[in-house]
Amino acid sequence: MESVLGRYRNLIILVGVLFLQVLGLAMQVKKSGNDEEKTRLIRVWAVDAVTPFERAVVWAQNGSSSLWHNYFYLRGVRAENRQLKEQIEHMRLEQVRLSDDAAQARRLQILLAFKEQFISRTVAAQVIGSSGSDLSRIIYIDKGKNAGIEPDMAVMTSDGIVGKVLLVYPSVAQVLLISDQSSGVGAMLEKTRLQGVLRGTANGEVALERVMSDEQVQVGETILTSGGDQIFPKGLPVGKVTEVGSGKDLFLNIKIKPAADLSKLEEVLVLIEKQEQPAQSEDAVHLRASDILAQRLPSVPDKPAADAKSAAGAAGTGTANAATPLQTPVKPQITKAAKTSSGASSVHITPLPEPRSEPADAASTPSRKSDGTAVPTTAPTTAAEPDAAPIKPTAPRPKSGSPSTPSSPPPNSQPPVDQNSPQ
Amino acid sequence: MPITYTSGEQVEVYRFSFPVTIGIPLLALFVQAFVPLRFPRFAVYFDLPLLVTIFFAMARRSPISGLLTGSVIGLAQDMLGHNPIGLYGIAKTVVGYGASSLGVKLDVENAGARFLVTLAFYLVHAAVYFTVARGMVNMTQTWSWPHGIVAGLANAFLGVLLYFLLDKFKQRT
Repeated sequence: MESVLGRYRNLIILVGVLFLQVLGLAMQVKKSGNDEEKTRLIRVWAVDAVTPFERAVVWAQNGSSSLWHNYFYLRGVRAENRQLKEQIEHMRLEQVRLSDDAAQARRLQILLAFKEQFISRTVAAQVIGSSGSDLSRIIYIDKGKNAGIEPDMAVMTSDGIVGKVLLVYPSVAQVLLISDQSSGVGAMLEKTRLQGVLRGTANGEVALERVMSDEQVQVGETILTSGGDQIFPKGLPVGKVTEVGSGKDLFLNIKIKPAADLSKLEEVLVLIEKQEQPAQSEDAVHLRASDILAQRLPSVPDKPAADAKSAAGAAGTGTANAATPLQTPVKPQITKAAKTSSGASSVHITPLPEPRSEPADAASTPSRKSDGTAVPTTAPTTAAEPDAAPIKPTAPRPKSGSPSTPSSPPPNSQPPVDQNSPQ
Repeated sequence: MPITYTSGEQVEVYRFSFPVTIGIPLLALFVQAFVPLRFPRFAVYFDLPLLVTIFFAMARRSPISGLLTGSVIGLAQDMLGHNPIGLYGIAKTVVGYGASSLGVKLDVENAGARFLVTLAFYLVHAAVYFTVARGMVNMTQTWSWPHGIVAGLANAFLGVLLYFLLDKFKQRT
């Protein structure tokens, strides 16, 4: 027996070591739901062993680069400084003009751009390492739990999304790139709004899956995040379609070129706080189109039936114009006229459309800037007449325009309101 | 006192000092993790920890120390990724055992033999990894002979250069 053990000692040890590793592997696979937690400690050891070297190299690189750029390149800096000061004077003048334009653009953008989500806080981090294997496409960044980073946070660059945080250590975090096979990102095509799942392939490419083969997808079309994965905010750039072919089953095989260069990542942004709310300005909250119109109008007096009929005719053809100065008898609030059962005509007055759901007593919202006389005239009428189909005033129409089918805004859109117009 | 993992076989057996035994594999892991940040294709074609495993296994000529070296380096490489720990461990254990067993029987000191041994063990490593990853972990893996051959040749070429560099650290028993 001893001779057999001695003779096959090496083989027995090999089998034993392999068996132990297979056993460990099997335990991880069986508990795949939280195997990362089970193996977290030993991964921490490995990361702690390697990342100090990587930090040191990155630090040395940056230091030498900084020394070069901040010392050797500073020759002749005084002359350049004078020149730059002159440029600054010119630019200040231009800045005043541009700031006015920018302020106006911002106001218009706030009113017209409807973002469902926007990024409120990000943390910049430097890429300090990778897994070193093409079978595990991850990177390490030099910010971790101490910087507020947590698992499943989105990581991006200014060009597009990069991946998500997988594991977080005190001062280091592991980021799973979107090109990894185990990665999955909710994405959609920008033009057609077709949604799919973004996945990495075995050879490191990125593909959009789950798009039916009967859909039309153009090469070069932009891919955006759909927000469906609850990690990436909706609308972030993902990449462009480079190839469209038929894939498995009934789905297309769509290859994507990521917007962010995943092979040359140096600095990334980690989205540590995703604030989801409809885009709106504070002004938009306090001052709505109906308020503005209400302030312009002293009140809407009770009109005789004849006036109501003429008004109804005007409203029925859709000539109400929210942006037209309200000096004419045709008011945008007057949307429909109908005869009551007693034969008398009644005028239905509806407020301008609201982009969001409001409390039932929206007229009493303190933030509304309405005087006490005008608002009650316009606001409650709709609730009293649920069958009165209001014609939503849309963007200003040309006076000679066709009365049929005014273009409707998106359901959650606000009417364009020029807040700078005279009250 | 230097730590040795020699088997005491008839052929010439080498040992390595403790800093080299620890430092070289760590350096290989570090370079393997860092260089792809600047040269992304490096990780696709080169596997420095594998080359270090083969070198130590062939130099020590002890199957037990070879498989243990491969196991430790492989597991460390696994820890840096996000896949289940043990995939590289198993593959490099087999390679360490095989390389040291081969080192006992063959002269693996010349460049030609080293080139062929490295090429062969790269393919063995890839095959074991592929088998375990697909068979046990159910990972999506695609086997590509062209990629395997090209990467094997690249590793063999780099390995021959690296082995001559690492020969400087050998100590005769």
